[in-house]
Amino acid sequence: MEQNISNIKRLSNPIAYVFSVCGYVALLFLVIGSVYYATVAVDYQWRWFKVPKYFIYQQAITLYAEGYGEIDTIAANKDKVDILVTTDAGDRTYTVPKDSFNWVEGDMVSPGDVIASYEGGWQPGILAKGLWVTLKISFLSTIFGILLGIIGGVARVSDTPVLKWSAISYVEVIRGSPLLVQIMIFYFVLGTTMNNILVMNGISKLPPEWYGIMALSVFTGAYVVEIVRAGIESIHPGQVEAARSSGMNYFQCMFYIILPQALKTILPPLAGQFINLIKDSSLLGMISVRELTKATREGITTSLQTFELWILCAILYLLMTFTLSMCVQYLERRTATK
Amino acid sequence: MIEVNHIYKTFYVPHEVKALVDVSNKIEAGEVVVVIGPSGSGKSTFLRCLNRLETAEHGQILVDGVDIFDPKTDINTVRAEMGMVFQSFNLYPHLTVHGNVTLAQKLVRKRHKKEREEKTMMLLEKVGIAAKAKAWPSNLSGGQQQRVAIARALAMDPKIMLFDEPTSALDPEMIGEVLEVMKTLAKEGMTMVCVTHEMGFAREVADRVIFMDEGMIVEEGTPEKFYQNPSHDRTKLFLKQIL
Repeated sequence: MEQNISNIKRLSNPIAYVFSVCGYVALLFLVIGSVYYATVAVDYQWRWFKVPKYFIYQQAITLYAEGYGEIDTIAANKDKVDILVTTDAGDRTYTVPKDSFNWVEGDMVSPGDVIASYEGGWQPGILAKGLWVTLKISFLSTIFGILLGIIGGVARVSDTPVLKWSAISYVEVIRGSPLLVQIMIFYFVLGTTMNNILVMNGISKLPPEWYGIMALSVFTGAYVVEIVRAGIESIHPGQVEAARSSGMNYFQCMFYIILPQALKTILPPLAGQFINLIKDSSLLGMISVRELTKATREGITTSLQTFELWILCAILYLLMTFTLSMCVQYLERRTATK
Repeated sequence: MIEVNHIYKTFYVPHEVKALVDVSNKIEAGEVVVVIGPSGSGKSTFLRCLNRLETAEHGQILVDGVDIFDPKTDINTVRAEMGMVFQSFNLYPHLTVHGNVTLAQKLVRKRHKKEREEKTMMLLEKVGIAAKAKAWPSNLSGGQQQRVAIARALAMDPKIMLFDEPTSALDPEMIGEVLEVMKTLAKEGMTMVCVTHEMGFAREVADRVIFMDEGMIVEEGTPEKFYQNPSHDRTKLFLKQIL
């Protein structure tokens, strides 16, 4: 269902259209070019080749002898090799790749001698792990945020003071205070108390991630409440009258008539909210959750490649938000009025 | 069937308007009542009070002996027995024609799938729109939408049908098809209260015409007497204006 938002055609001339497209491309090159010029002009050694290992790397494994003794036997084991080492610290068999050692049977070993050194399997780097944590946190917070938002939004438009006023207070307090402070309160105040209670009852503590997810869900939920309210209020009152006059109760009317229609109008602002959520999750580094931003910062302390890693970090966020934005656009097209 | 006893209703927003002033009436089972009157005369408010879409400030409405303004009354059961058709159709735009007619059967009447399907198709055939069962409301003409709205109201097997200016928002050539459906209903013995200016409809099927002005029932009577020999000056003036 392709639909032109405006049917006022301003660029009816095809040449004008081509010019306009060229203008866009030129603008794009100008921006990219100036950024590139800035990277060259700045006094900084760019070492992009150092970056991939923060995504994925091969673990270096070195095995050491534990006492005085000798190499007893070297036997093939499938495509690997078993080395039986007998020492005064006890016997031990090492299973290692074929070319990772140069011993023969009967060689003497001393403590600290390298039995074998080789590269282990591929491991996700710190950025990859951070990306995963960010994705997980954003996904869960989105789900809980939507739930809170819908419950709050329905409460916000209700006539019952306890529901309506609770929803208003929730929105005003959460929306009006800094997320950073909320995260700290959730973790250091609520989290500590809750963990103490859990430990007292013999249950293990919740990791900081969970408190981070709670804080983000509550924060996003407050915005979603207002979005849902606006969506509900945008539905024509005749819809409610039609539903109620056929005998549906308030909740049936809300969940079968109002919300499905409201969803369509609130999708764009919801997308914006969840894009914000992905970026806001970077604040969770404060409570030692190693999400993407914190992982980047840690990567920088070891590599000293500040700019490369930060730029990379930004690109990863952009990838996530752009994907989300595409998904929502797809949903919007699907729910468009038939 | 419906007994209206001295109801009053005042709107305060945007300014004070007395919509209903001491309105009483009695509608018998099987009766077709047409309510007419100038704009702002309270006829829609009167109709909307009958299923409590508006609440009267004073007075009482008994539907089958049940006081609908009593807080203890389960209004949803009362409403399920009263179908309502609106001027602006109010079809659910996110559901197909079929979905529009089926939804309340499922939620309110708790009918099984097979029963719902049969009922829905039967009604769509009755209003002559079965071929469009899978269409979306926005792809239908006004007349078709209004017929779907009638089918949707009938799906609850109501005892009373309320029509709130069902043809006022329609293009002239579509009024006929909707009136046709309404006439069929009337001839089947349905109790109907219609706010409408369609004189042909009133003459053909109405048992009684009620004329309202400034929140009061000015005059009522059989269509013949009402249209040919109105007794009040206000009625005469109004009829002169619309004819």
